[in-house]
Amino acid sequence: MSKPLKQIHLAAHFPGVNNTTVWSDPQAGSHIEFSSFAHFARTAERAKFDFLFLAEGLRLREQGGQIYDLDVVGRPDTFTVLAALAAVTDRIGLTGTINSTFNEPYEVARQFASLDHLSDGRAAWNVVTSWDAFTGENFRRGGFLPQEERYSRAREFLATANELFDSWHGDEISADPHTGAFLRDARAGAFRHKGQHFEIEGQFNVPSSPQGRPVIFQAGDSDEGREFAASDADAIFSRYSTLDEGQAFYTDVKGRLAKYGRTHDQLLILPAATFVLGDTDAQARELAHEVRRQQVSGATAIKHLEFVWNRDLSGYDPDGPLPDVDPDLGEHTIARGRAQVRMYRDPLAIAREWRERAAANNWSIRDLVIETGTRQSFIGSPATIARTIDEFVQADASDGFILVPHITPGGLDAFADTVVPLLQERGVFRTEYEGTTLRDHLGLAHPATLRAAS
Amino acid sequence: MPRAPHAPLHLAVALDGAGWHPAAWREPGARRDELFTAGYWADLVAEAERGLLDFVTIEDSLSLQSSRYAGPDGRTDQVRGRLDAVLIAARVAPLTRAIGVIPTAVLTHTEPFHLSKAIATLDYVSTGRAGIQVRVSGRADEAAHFGRRTLPGLPGQRVEDLASAAGQELLNELFDEAADYVEVLRRLWDSWEDDAEIRDAATGRFIDRDKLHYIDFEGKHFSVKGPSITPRPPQGQPVVAALAHASVPYRLIARSADVGFVTPHDADDARNIVAEIRDGQAAAGRAGETVHVLGDLVVFLDDDPAAAADRKASLDERAGAEYRSDAHVFTGTPDRLADLLQEWAEAGLTGFRLRPAALPHDLEQITRRLVPELQRRGAFRTAYEAGTLRALLGLPRPANRYAAAGEAANAAVSA
Ligand SMILES: Cc1cc2nc3c(=O)[nH]c(=O)nc-3n(C[C@H](O)[C@H](O)[C@H](O)COP(=O)(O)O)c2cc1C
Repeated sequence: MSKPLKQIHLAAHFPGVNNTTVWSDPQAGSHIEFSSFAHFARTAERAKFDFLFLAEGLRLREQGGQIYDLDVVGRPDTFTVLAALAAVTDRIGLTGTINSTFNEPYEVARQFASLDHLSDGRAAWNVVTSWDAFTGENFRRGGFLPQEERYSRAREFLATANELFDSWHGDEISADPHTGAFLRDARAGAFRHKGQHFEIEGQFNVPSSPQGRPVIFQAGDSDEGREFAASDADAIFSRYSTLDEGQAFYTDVKGRLAKYGRTHDQLLILPAATFVLGDTDAQARELAHEVRRQQVSGATAIKHLEFVWNRDLSGYDPDGPLPDVDPDLGEHTIARGRAQVRMYRDPLAIAREWRERAAANNWSIRDLVIETGTRQSFIGSPATIARTIDEFVQADASDGFILVPHITPGGLDAFADTVVPLLQERGVFRTEYEGTTLRDHLGLAHPATLRAAS
Repeated sequence: MPRAPHAPLHLAVALDGAGWHPAAWREPGARRDELFTAGYWADLVAEAERGLLDFVTIEDSLSLQSSRYAGPDGRTDQVRGRLDAVLIAARVAPLTRAIGVIPTAVLTHTEPFHLSKAIATLDYVSTGRAGIQVRVSGRADEAAHFGRRTLPGLPGQRVEDLASAAGQELLNELFDEAADYVEVLRRLWDSWEDDAEIRDAATGRFIDRDKLHYIDFEGKHFSVKGPSITPRPPQGQPVVAALAHASVPYRLIARSADVGFVTPHDADDARNIVAEIRDGQAAAGRAGETVHVLGDLVVFLDDDPAAAADRKASLDERAGAEYRSDAHVFTGTPDRLADLLQEWAEAGLTGFRLRPAALPHDLEQITRRLVPELQRRGAFRTAYEAGTLRALLGLPRPANRYAAAGEAANAAVSA
């Protein structure tokens, strides 16, 4: 017998401030108005998705010393939107990206515990670690961290938050009008934490929430980031959505679990994935080509090249050949507020490779950026996409996907209506929510159960 | 500003736990098992909206509630534990249509950048009905929850000690910082001009970056660069409110707030407080701006005045002490309360924020008995006549300081 079919986890990422989002499309709506978020969340819930995902940025991006203006700019506050979405949905999980450098554990723990109460157990936290002084300029304290301390602070931040979540055990409130005892224990919520980054004590003032703790996501890609995920996270938001890269990442990260006494099913791997749907595969391919041209204008192509060249290339023609000057290898100063630039670790080698590929294929700058930078993860008819997603998951390239449509807010509608039913027919995706909390959807145990078992 | 006779009142309620009396959770009608659920808060705010109230405030603190000023009291016979007020406000906002929502935030330990975008977003999710009640915290135990700063505390750890030299120094420091904080909130709300999003497909530009502004705030306690990551909210600037009992905080209202909550004990007291705030407003160069001064009152309301007094007495007995408040405590009929509100309004208050002693009972007395009585007297609205909280309060939508500065500079260049 072959092994039983894995059940796929699906999530919806509200299209954000990067060039995936095609804001110039006539169907594109507001990325700020609450009605957009409500539409998006309801679509995802109608499709029985596990959760809705929001990214975060704490300073507007800059390039060449000016605010970047070619992508969507601006976004609402994560906690506030998620709490409001809890009012217009019933089951879908609500995942917020919240930074561990420019926040304090007591406040963030309060916010997540409150969100978990107000959503009846649907809160999740994607712990990210941007640390730079550029972002720090928006904050009164903390400023910035040395890069090598970002995960030591993140680990201690999460450990401290967990101490706060666990500081109420769930049985402190009696609220008995006859005895007059509201609390059974005057020390409810008591905590004391003394570590390298935080030295705090007192009483946490939010009683145990339905999930006990929010579900924890991790998104960093470095070795330390993967260790942090293996030891502390319930799920990873990764960037590897192709079969080979996905399998390599999956094997690597799941292989790290055993040393923390954890099993394979305690950490889900969920890559970001984009898609272009058509009635037929051919039509989808044509559409994908168009979407790519929309995502990479000439101006965007030049800016993208600047990430690697680390210098002003505005004098170059996007429809012309690649620059013959070499990248500036000094400190990266051209683009600020982007994690992406760190993907290009050896700019000279990348520039050489890109020049060769462009010359061999007779590509302009814009062609090159389109070919190297913007592959959609899934392109095809609903049947093709459903089959491919299923194959990827069954082949352990992931446990599911966090889908990022390129249109706000209606970009998920067709997927919900056409692909999801096919996944359900294949028996790999739920037709109804079985539980009420996000932990239920993801098949994760309640933290109290885990604590009791260990 | 003299008020027209019978000018309509502004009316709000302050929501907190099971009500403001510490034994309120033991009342037969109390929803004591639901204090941490969304449904409880949604129902309270819906009731306030049925009463056409201007807004609700939602109390908050960064520590367990306490009967003591300076730290935890170790008591188990009162409501302890609360949810984040901004999140409660966001959770109920989409379920209402016209009422303002003003959560409380503590400025002393939080980041203005985070709060600014949270309240801007509350304004988006409520389509223009958001505000913020700002609070400072001088409590040493709250400071220990953050571990970033130590507060000297007060010599005797009692609220009366605020009058001492050390107390005044602490107050001054906290409120100066709060004034900086509010300045940062407002600058961040203005850091995007209203029409900054242009979606110009021809040039590929999503925004006109000349309409985004660094705020470059430098103060004694913090600096903030900007611009905000959230575009300017529907109201331009959400409503800023603060509670004050003494001169130092009155000055914060005078120079920084749109709405002040004060706690007079009679009409003369109200007159003096209003005068002090109006003087402060003039000194701050805001004489021409509308700043509402609302009187705070704790209310026990019943159709029979004896019933209200009895209810308070029995709650006091259960609590083991007579209930005292910073605000005047009213027990009686809604009609008699209407008399009092009108009398105090003559002293210059532009409205009231009522603190229901027990929820939902006293809230329902406000919405179902007090409001109709005020309406009968022509002193309260009979329908929501505006779509935003600012409009409801008769506050203009603020001009954007940066847009105005840009226009002035352009005019100077072309002149
Ligand atoms: C798929 C993915 C999504 C991410 N999303 C965000 C985000 O929304 N906000 C943010 O500040 N950082 C984000 N990050 C950055 C990481 O969380 C992390 O802070 C950063 O990559 C540094 O860690 P590393 O060196 O381990 O990669 C993301 C990273 C990945 C791989």
